[in-house]
Amino acid sequence: MPRTGVFICHCGSNIAGTVDIDKTVEASRNFPGVVHADEYRYLCSEMGQDIITKAIKENDLDRVVVGTCSPRMHENTFRKAAAEAGLNPYLLEVANIREHCSWVHKDMEEATPKAIALLRAAAAKAALNEALEAPRLDVEKRALVIGGGIAGIQAALDIAEAGYVVDIVEKDPSIGGRMAQLEKTFPTLDCSACILTPKMVEAAQHPNINLLTYSEVDEVKGFVGQFDVKIKQKARYVDPVKCTGCGICWEKCPSKASSEFEMGLAKRKSIYVPFAQAVPMVPVIDRDSCLYFRKGRCQICEQECPPQAIDYEQQDEIIERRYGAIVVATGFDQLDPTIYGEYGYGQHPDILTGLEFERIFNASGPTGGKVVKLSDGKPPKKVVFIQCIGSRDKARGMNYCSKICCMYTAKQAILLKEKVPDAKSYVFYIDVRTGGKGYEEFQRRAAEEYDVAYMRGQVGKIFPEDDHLVVRGIDSLTNRNIEIKADMVVLAAATVARADAPEVGRLVGINSDSYHFFNEAHPKLKPVETHTAGIFIAGACQAPKDIPETVSQASAAAVKAIGLLSKEKLQGEACTAEVIQSECSGCLNCEAICPYTAITPVEIEERYKDGVLKRTVAEVNPALCQGCGSCAVTCRSGSINLKGFSNDQIMAEVDAICLQR
Amino acid sequence: MSAALNETAAGWEPLIVSFCCNWCSYAGGDLAGTSRMSYPANVKVIRVPCSGRMNPLFVLRAFQRGADGVLVAGCHPGDCHYTSGNYQSRRRLSAFKRLVEFAGFEPERFEVRWISSSEGDKFAEEMTSMTEKIKALGPNRKMRDARWQSVTSKV
Ligand code: FES
Repeated sequence: MPRTGVFICHCGSNIAGTVDIDKTVEASRNFPGVVHADEYRYLCSEMGQDIITKAIKENDLDRVVVGTCSPRMHENTFRKAAAEAGLNPYLLEVANIREHCSWVHKDMEEATPKAIALLRAAAAKAALNEALEAPRLDVEKRALVIGGGIAGIQAALDIAEAGYVVDIVEKDPSIGGRMAQLEKTFPTLDCSACILTPKMVEAAQHPNINLLTYSEVDEVKGFVGQFDVKIKQKARYVDPVKCTGCGICWEKCPSKASSEFEMGLAKRKSIYVPFAQAVPMVPVIDRDSCLYFRKGRCQICEQECPPQAIDYEQQDEIIERRYGAIVVATGFDQLDPTIYGEYGYGQHPDILTGLEFERIFNASGPTGGKVVKLSDGKPPKKVVFIQCIGSRDKARGMNYCSKICCMYTAKQAILLKEKVPDAKSYVFYIDVRTGGKGYEEFQRRAAEEYDVAYMRGQVGKIFPEDDHLVVRGIDSLTNRNIEIKADMVVLAAATVARADAPEVGRLVGINSDSYHFFNEAHPKLKPVETHTAGIFIAGACQAPKDIPETVSQASAAAVKAIGLLSKEKLQGEACTAEVIQSECSGCLNCEAICPYTAITPVEIEERYKDGVLKRTVAEVNPALCQGCGSCAVTCRSGSINLKGFSNDQIMAEVDAICLQR
Repeated sequence: MSAALNETAAGWEPLIVSFCCNWCSYAGGDLAGTSRMSYPANVKVIRVPCSGRMNPLFVLRAFQRGADGVLVAGCHPGDCHYTSGNYQSRRRLSAFKRLVEFAGFEPERFEVRWISSSEGDKFAEEMTSMTEKIKALGPNRKMRDARWQSVTSKV
């Protein structure tokens, strides 16, 4: 018989308010094996832990049950307290009588017997607990950053500065991401390229950073400390070692395609760097438009290239590397507003999205920095900005706020006034949200000093008439219909998850919310961790956010990665599967079902009659096993058990809970 | 009081055992608590690492011991912490449900649900509707093993 001690926490009135503590303690004394029962106001406090430690020693306890908050909250705290008293920490069980009991039931008559049942189950399980030892695992001192935007660059720089090697995988030909597309940044109106380019160069030149541009992650296997990753480096058809970035090839290239970087507003060549400050300054050939790849003739770039860096035979390459930690920083997309027919996006060249308008300001953009209409090249005199296109739209299931639009609209309206002094801006908004240092002041300046007319309301229709766009809307404060004859309309289209986010999430093994933004492990206390140990998230792939927030989150993710990489060894999973080899028939169904390739066949020798019998059985590698328990279910002979969640333990809990029948 | 008497009394309350995977559904249950939602105390949760850990025997055991309903909850397909556990359980447990029905037992007493860690509201709703459904269905008489009760009723 075990010697079990039961400790019940009041959690102030959080538990004691709905669970009769005295009754619960009394009932606990009658559970099989219980030799000691006690209660305390706050068990997780130092005093509370002391009570447990002392009682273990004084009463010679070999099992401990605590009735407290969720094990997901404080299981470790109490395990440590048990270890303090010399008890193996895995001999402790938690009964969740707060989140699963006192907080969800109002009536003491209801909650008290339930708490007792949960405690009885925990005691029954604890009686079958065994002392466990967590394996100690190696840590590969190298980090992978997925995404080379400002989030990825910042995270990589921080990790590299701490002395660890980092690889940045970027799917585009250059790092830089969305920030590289921006003209100026709010609320200081710094030129985006001027503050970003030095960082890009720093990342490229840092001895600890490797850039893997034009590359994608193909496969992620393994676990914290030892992720085995396959990276596909797409063929550039240019030898990066020979290439000097002189630019003759893209100057001479005769074929063109729509530029992704310019949001389709301009053309680029078929051999190209996405933008003038690209890092690395090594072009790629776009097979889909290249004349040589399409028709087998041209080869002008090859003939013109001084260092002969063009290589049409180049193949995609798979790089296999092991990493200790991964930071996912894959950024965001802008919603395509064509789904909103009323705004006429896509039907007129002067109806643009925010990001497209950003390119119009840019000196290297489609208009060379002249703020003009794409329809006739004349400067716009009246510009209507419409907020919340696809944000805060319950009807379309896009309930969230895109967060950056109010601010960048104010910025663009200011920039417009500076470039076209006689221009007038109108902003249709639902609410103006300016949380952030200096943000409110900035937006005020737009309204007061730059004569931007803010109108609370919605636009119902936009259509072309003569040489302008008619914007019809309603001012919801005065309830008046408004009609503006505008030269240009800018739609603040929602910040959405990257189209490939679900796939990336699946590949890397992290989950997302219903909008496909990646989920943090805890909304307040673990903002950069994910539910998968060793994988961190940063930037707008987690939720819409602006640059300062992105950068701080990236640094936070870097710190978490550094903390992990700095460990000599990691503690592995103690609750792993175990094969009872004498009973195993060697069918190896478990090998097929294991998601971690933790099960392999081994040959064992058994004494049989007078001789020795050799046969194949399954074996679990505890360093690889993550403790899901699928193998234990698939085993026909019941020869695999999961430590900590064995068949007997779960059955014992069932029995204890059903005892009230 | 014997179980048979208990259940005919007007105050009969069903017992529902819910097996929840640690990473999503159990956490969803925690969130239901943190958000102070409420659901009937008839539901008692047993934590398992993954829905893939669910051996149908655990379900049978609960019914044998007198549970009136069993609800297994795991991460949404695609979200399993161990990548594939819920695909295994989805196949295994739906086959099991049909087997239970084939054996003449009310299949409605056994349900599988996907509840994520952010769906505290869904957790509370599922637990409530399961309880209501079982209340309407009445006590589990078919699978309960009466002998067990007499052996253990002293404890
Ligand atoms: S961990 Fe939730 S179903 Fe596998």
